[in-house]
Amino acid sequence: MSIPATTSTSSSLPTPPPAGISVEDRESMRKQGVLLTSFNEIYNWGRANSIWPLQFGLACCAIEMICVAAARFDIARFGAEIFRASPRQADLMIVNGTVTKKMLPQVVRLWNQMGEPKFCIVMGACASSGGPFKQGYNVVKGIDRYIPVDVYVPGCPPRPEALLNGLMEIQKKMREETLTGPNAPRYFRKDADCVYPVPEYGGRDLVPPHNPKVWKPAAPIVRDAKA
Amino acid sequence: METLEQIRDRIAAQFGAGAVTLVTNPGPAAQHSLLLASHAARDIARFLRDDPGLRLDFCSNATGVDWPDKEIVETTKTTQPDPAGGPAKVVETKTKRLQPGCLEAVYHLYSMALKSPAPVIIRLRTVNRTDDVTLPSLTPVWRSCEFQEREIYDLYGIVFTGHPDLRRILMWDEFKDHPMRKDYVSPDDYEWEPTPHDDVLERAKAHYPAPSASTTQTPEVTK
Amino acid sequence: MSATLPDINIALPNGATARRVEDEFHGDLLEISLGPHHPSTHGVFRMNATLDGEIITTLKPVFGYLHRNHEKLGETNSYLANIPYTDRLDYLASLTNNWAYVHAVEKLAGFVPTERCEYLRVILGELSRIINHVCLVGFLLNDLGTSFTPLLYSLRERERMLDLLEELTGARMMYNFMRFGGLRTDVSADWLARLKTYLEGLFARYLDEQDALLTGNEILLARTQGTGVLKPGLAINAGITGPGLRASGVDYDIRKVDKYSIYERFDFRVPLGEHGDTYDRYMMRMLEMRESVKIILQAMRDLPEGPVNDPKAKSRGLRPKAGEAYGRIECPKGELGFYLISDGTPNPYRYRVRPPSFINLTVLEDMCVGQTLADAVITLGSIDIVLGEVDR
Repeated sequence: MSIPATTSTSSSLPTPPPAGISVEDRESMRKQGVLLTSFNEIYNWGRANSIWPLQFGLACCAIEMICVAAARFDIARFGAEIFRASPRQADLMIVNGTVTKKMLPQVVRLWNQMGEPKFCIVMGACASSGGPFKQGYNVVKGIDRYIPVDVYVPGCPPRPEALLNGLMEIQKKMREETLTGPNAPRYFRKDADCVYPVPEYGGRDLVPPHNPKVWKPAAPIVRDAKA
Repeated sequence: METLEQIRDRIAAQFGAGAVTLVTNPGPAAQHSLLLASHAARDIARFLRDDPGLRLDFCSNATGVDWPDKEIVETTKTTQPDPAGGPAKVVETKTKRLQPGCLEAVYHLYSMALKSPAPVIIRLRTVNRTDDVTLPSLTPVWRSCEFQEREIYDLYGIVFTGHPDLRRILMWDEFKDHPMRKDYVSPDDYEWEPTPHDDVLERAKAHYPAPSASTTQTPEVTK
Repeated sequence: MSATLPDINIALPNGATARRVEDEFHGDLLEISLGPHHPSTHGVFRMNATLDGEIITTLKPVFGYLHRNHEKLGETNSYLANIPYTDRLDYLASLTNNWAYVHAVEKLAGFVPTERCEYLRVILGELSRIINHVCLVGFLLNDLGTSFTPLLYSLRERERMLDLLEELTGARMMYNFMRFGGLRTDVSADWLARLKTYLEGLFARYLDEQDALLTGNEILLARTQGTGVLKPGLAINAGITGPGLRASGVDYDIRKVDKYSIYERFDFRVPLGEHGDTYDRYMMRMLEMRESVKIILQAMRDLPEGPVNDPKAKSRGLRPKAGEAYGRIECPKGELGFYLISDGTPNPYRYRVRPPSFINLTVLEDMCVGQTLADAVITLGSIDIVLGEVDR
């Protein structure tokens, strides 16, 4: 697992090659039928190609997600066709649609119930930011106010190809993860708190209105009208 | 199919003239409606449903409308002769009066038995918008009002007496407001946009009272 | 406990005793909450059911998990800006939502759509109905436990129709295509010819295939016949509309009653059921698809030339005269109505959607009580709800 300090190209590779063998050598050996790999690489290869998404439908985007699972777009090509209804068995949550304040505690609870390692794709404008319903009194302005998000897929609704692209981004992210070292994912860190507080229904809004550990309001770009 | 005037006259003959008023609709649709007095509304509704000439057995749509208190400024012009003998002056006097608001429930009725293509619209009004907001529920007459009246209760706050199960339906039970009312103020949580403008900017400034130069990017404005 | 149930311990032949577990819990009711995250509730619908064994004794639907303030936003938008929002009501058949809204605004403002526009609206509206029913059949059979296979056939056909609509409107689901007194663009003859080829060829084959595979299928009959029965009297009183009403034998189709648009010019029949059970509701959809194909083909045959937009109609900055209007059409799920009050400003003073899915759920408890939980799932599936419209 040691990273060879001599090769400057190794930092851009998805996984470091075994020590002492150059990338070119390894590629040529692979063509000859000799597979040299690291535990890190084969572990990520397996994970990235057998993602089990949560079978979970919120709104319009859920229909496009079903289309992705159907014959034409066929998410099975990426090994992610096993949609599980139970969050305990799933490792990818596709938040597909408008998250309302009434639905949000359930979404956060589902996310908490999923076992690590887990990933989150936000599908569509509504789940990213509130989308066209942003000004609604019952609409959460982006699920990233409560849970961490890995990939945002824009669109209203996104085309199935866009969702597949989002899935490929998740796969890329998985392949780039290392098991040890400073870049190890959050579930290997002992200090990481993987339980996200479930907000409660309040008299006028959810309590709290956002999770300060996950999201902070960005400073606005204020254009000076007089300038 | 009877005209709305005929229906009104028959209701007035049976339930008294104060029980029903015709509300005209000035728009091109010309869908006029009947304003019913709340004390007799459920009996009138039963009459509309069971009368063999009407048979309005299908209550399609039930909805609420909020009419807030409205300040009406009336301008009256009076001509006053000039005592000096000059031309008469036109003096405008403005009088303000407060039209009290109310909450309204509107029902669109059709007849499935007679296949009527035009709706008969009935309206019920509460006394005011604050403390006297009860109306008789029409769910015992038409089951289709059950969820719709719950929705009106949830979003407008009209309390329907005689409703079998009056609870909030769309918002959660702990919610306090009635969000479809015109004076509802939504939680202040959507103005954190990267580039707020206009009235959203004004609200955003409340959250960021003093944007310092280090945290705020000020893009160059090209003219 | 043994005082009330003395036979709870039963002697076995070998001398031991065993406890009868079912007696220990006899008469106890089980409360379950189905949803809002549940694979068979078509989104975020929730039912609180009380079960006696497997039999439902009470069932209370819980709404609001997709309440995204459609009506409140509609009162702050201009009339034109509401058209894309209506797409997101019933997102399986967006064009009929567009149609119902522009129909109501046309009543409010007094616009008259052009002749060619009316024909094209009928074609697009019936195509939406077909798409909706195709999906419904697939999802209903999915609820029956067929695990995705019939849904693959349905979505195959849906993709083919979406290809045509995407070519026409530029979007797969949210078309935003109708305008007051017209349509956004005209439809080319080439597109119509391809639609005709599709409906007469591949789609006709799909309908026959579906009928041969499923309509007479013994398992389907056993699961659906006699379940979720809805009596016509209750259906009328509870305001049920659409195929669910007609499956109970009530002849009420707004296309025939209101004669809105130009539906009186076409020769089509309204299928009626006899028993009001889940199977009848399934058959209504299968038969309505064939009728819709007939209507589309007639409309294509008679399609006149001419402008597609009413030149007097104004979309941008529309300020209708003060007044109100209720316009309704027969959308695939039932009566979709829009109730608009104008006060002369660019925004509607009141913008109300009369959602068929929501009101059709009024009788869900009556249809499900006394049945098993598995039948409640298919009863819900056969009512055909879309949560975007239920909660708005």
